[in-house]
Amino acid sequence: MSTGHALAQLAGDFAQLSLMAIGGAASVLPDMQRRVVSVHGWMSNAQFAGLYALAQAAPGPNMLVVSLVGWKVAGIAGALVATAAMCAPSCVLTFWADRFWRRQRGARWQACIQAGLAPITVALLLASGCVLARTVDVNVAAAAITAASALLLVTTRIHPLWLIGAGALAGAAGWV
Amino acid sequence: MRMGLSGFGGVLPWARRALVERLGWLSAEDFTDVLSRCQALPGPNIVNVSICVGARFHGARGAFAGCAGLLFFPFVIVLSLGVLYARFAHLAVVAHAVHGVAAAAVGLLLATAMKMSAERRLRTWSALFGLLTFCAVALLRWPMLPVLLALAPPSIGLAWLRRGR
Repeated sequence: MSTGHALAQLAGDFAQLSLMAIGGAASVLPDMQRRVVSVHGWMSNAQFAGLYALAQAAPGPNMLVVSLVGWKVAGIAGALVATAAMCAPSCVLTFWADRFWRRQRGARWQACIQAGLAPITVALLLASGCVLARTVDVNVAAAAITAASALLLVTTRIHPLWLIGAGALAGAAGWV
Repeated sequence: MRMGLSGFGGVLPWARRALVERLGWLSAEDFTDVLSRCQALPGPNIVNVSICVGARFHGARGAFAGCAGLLFFPFVIVLSLGVLYARFAHLAVVAHAVHGVAAAAVGLLLATAMKMSAERRLRTWSALFGLLTFCAVALLRWPMLPVLLALAPPSIGLAWLRRGR
């Protein structure tokens, strides 16, 4: 596979994902994983989950998992192409939609779009969690970490970074 | 603009703190308003917020600067981490730590989804659309584009009907 070909595929795939990412980049993780692993065979499920973990642990938007995927496939050029493709289509759309939307503040169709997309957004996030969990939670300890961090975040006001750190420590200690 | 937005590294609560509390560029209601719109639009949320805020103050150039400023440093950091990881992935301790982080990160994702569904108090019919979406994407692993095209319009249409005249 030539680099140019890979770059074109990265651009095409992430541009599509960009426009499907209602509710945020996490919504398209299952489809991203499907394309990256099953369709193109660029990496294994476990490698994809590892890159996602890195993006979570790093400061900044978690959508940067896209940059890591691009980098893994085609180096620095791949990272730039994938990130730009993930951002550009939705940015252009947002720019124009925001102007239009502001002019008609409070219109009924705006509330309807938001109400109609809300359940789909939530379901996509849940799907992302489940699909990744199937990849990551290969043993009891990993599943326990997932369950514990989900539970703690829902029931307490703990900062997510503590949970990420605890996951790293538990992993380094050899529990997973 | 660029400097202001690049400072905070991008996670949503920090963006709110910087824009509303520290810089005073937006009122709290404005921020909520912008955010809810950006969540309905496709694309990474925080990137969309930077586009809207940038556009409000400096038009298209502001939007571009906001977006670039938001992404530049995190992009460099995450790639550096990636390089380090690739370099040391053969060490068991590094691989295990990343696995641990991945497990925790999945938990955070699930928690966010659970919180959102609790907040929205989904009605029966909208829960049905959620369930269909979940089955198609998570269980059947269907491609997302046709799923969205099939489910989003009727869900929005139903919301339209329910709101009444």
